[in-house]
Amino acid sequence: MLKDEDRIFRNLYGFEDAGLKGAKKRGAWRGTKKFLQNGRDWIIDEIKASGLRGRGGAGFPTGLKWSFMPKQSDGRPHYLVVNADESEPGTCKDREIMRHDPHLLIEGCLIAGFAMGSNTGYIYIRGEFIREREVLQAAIDEAYDAKLIGKNNVHGYDFDLYLHHGAGAYICGEETALLESLEGKKGQPRLKPPFPANAGLYGAPTTVNNVESIAVAPDILRRGASWFSALGRPNNTGTKLFCISGHVNRPCNVEEEMGIPLKELLERHAGGVRGGWDNLLAVIPGGSSVRCLPVDSCQSLHMDFDSLAALKSGLGTAAVIVMDKSTDIIRAIARLSYFYKHESCGQCTPCREGTGWMYRVLDRMARGEAEKREIDMLLEVTYQVEGHTICALGDAAAWPVQGLITHFRHVIEERIDQYSSNAKPDGAVREPAAAE
Amino acid sequence: MSVRRLDSVQPKKFEFSPANLKWAKNQIKKFPKGRQASAVIPLLWRAQEQHDGWLPEPALRAVANMLDMAYIRVYEIATFYTMFNLSPVGKYFVQLCGTTPCWLRGANELKDVCRRVIGEQQQVTDDGVFSWLEVECLGACTNAPMVQINKDYYEDLTPESFEQLLTDLREGKAVTPGPQNGRQFSCPEGGPTTLLNGANPKGKASAKPSTRAKPAAKRGGK
Repeated sequence: MLKDEDRIFRNLYGFEDAGLKGAKKRGAWRGTKKFLQNGRDWIIDEIKASGLRGRGGAGFPTGLKWSFMPKQSDGRPHYLVVNADESEPGTCKDREIMRHDPHLLIEGCLIAGFAMGSNTGYIYIRGEFIREREVLQAAIDEAYDAKLIGKNNVHGYDFDLYLHHGAGAYICGEETALLESLEGKKGQPRLKPPFPANAGLYGAPTTVNNVESIAVAPDILRRGASWFSALGRPNNTGTKLFCISGHVNRPCNVEEEMGIPLKELLERHAGGVRGGWDNLLAVIPGGSSVRCLPVDSCQSLHMDFDSLAALKSGLGTAAVIVMDKSTDIIRAIARLSYFYKHESCGQCTPCREGTGWMYRVLDRMARGEAEKREIDMLLEVTYQVEGHTICALGDAAAWPVQGLITHFRHVIEERIDQYSSNAKPDGAVREPAAAE
Repeated sequence: MSVRRLDSVQPKKFEFSPANLKWAKNQIKKFPKGRQASAVIPLLWRAQEQHDGWLPEPALRAVANMLDMAYIRVYEIATFYTMFNLSPVGKYFVQLCGTTPCWLRGANELKDVCRRVIGEQQQVTDDGVFSWLEVECLGACTNAPMVQINKDYYEDLTPESFEQLLTDLREGKAVTPGPQNGRQFSCPEGGPTTLLNGANPKGKASAKPSTRAKPAAKRGGK
């Protein structure tokens, strides 16, 4: 288990003061000026050496991402944009950072902004987080008042930080959709290239980072890249906030070492699976977009990017959704399909039409009202959607369905059998015993 | 995607209150010159707050004029983003999360409570107190099932505690947002498994809850 002194988010549960005084007591804003004096390259090299991979889902190396920003401005400003549009089902970690440890995020913004030559940062928080927005804005105001950020601040680098919010669109968590939304448009993703590092917000070089990626940066610099890279497993370093939801005895958020075995994570922090480990049916290990894993894959599963990718699932946002044997797995995935249908922005046809199509078929399958050949047809449709859209929402809608069919085809077939065994010769159906 | 249209009954006009107008002008200053359109979501949101929780058509025009945007662009924003209510809502607008993590922990039972106490979705009760809507993941999954009522999250609900919450709101009693089972935010129920020696890296014990942490009183019909 991760030792307490190795934890970055020491006020995760809000037992202490989230304000500047409390944050300083926990070590925030200590040595920040020195980091800036060490220069841009030093900061980027440290972040690279720490092995930090983006915490928003894709796991792209953060230091490398920062290094893509132009070294010299060509006259256009550079922008740092923080993606706080946390809406991936299962995920609720950034919320805790913003309401309980906001100064780590603000300090991280200054450092990241400096490292990419940006004097302006925007934090885009999801619209529903109204109270979190209030706390974070208060913390930003405190930081301005204490001259930690803003013009002529004590760190000697002008940096303005603004908090902006959305209004209930999951798609705005996609970085280019977020930029569109921040520009005052519908949140519809942009074609890439050009990538944001070349043409992002207002056509200027921009880097979009997740809240957690930014908030861990100051502590990496304070404690050293080697401290961070010594935690976890090779290529999957550091600590990570895990969100454990669903059928566990004590759902919670917790910061743990990357690569912790799933079983240990659930049993140590979440009170174990409801009804015991043997009652586990499946987990969705990284937020709704990744493929679910059945219990036999979970026995010795390590929770990191590469281990989960090897199983064709993903660490995603490290949001572990646990389902015990009482779960109607078809219904559970159908509900996710409904989510993607609801959240598709409508720009690309395969996603706009495909998400609704997949949901309607799954909804029938959950009742058993389908034919077995439709299972393969559904799988085929997921491949038609996957990879054929501008952004990854199409992929994200396809993967849970693929996971369901890969691991639980027999459940769908049994459901169909149950339903059709109640069919009468004239096509009518007796009371379907299979329905939930 | 869903089809979202403006309400058929609209007020004649909309004006920001002086305080909101001042606030709106400050919002515009967050963005570079000529990029005032960036402020469209916050301004529409403030307009919705001022207008009893829903966004009338004259407000779209008012915001478009303030930001020098084409009306149709603002219309597009208002219909794209689902937090903009295009029809009247109750004084307490209940948004119930029905996505899988909440569903696994009993969101359907909460829906039954809504139907029984409030009625069908998107129908305002006759006394104007409540309306409800099933929404997608609100990002409080470790505290499932949960609802958002106006600005606040109410988490770790049971059908009983949820019904009690609605009753208290209707009767004008004080309610406490956050977890409804006495839990500290997203900490495991019964106490933390980490940070037991306090948050201070130097090892100083300091695990006493601050004033900020307000564990909700236990409620529910037990």
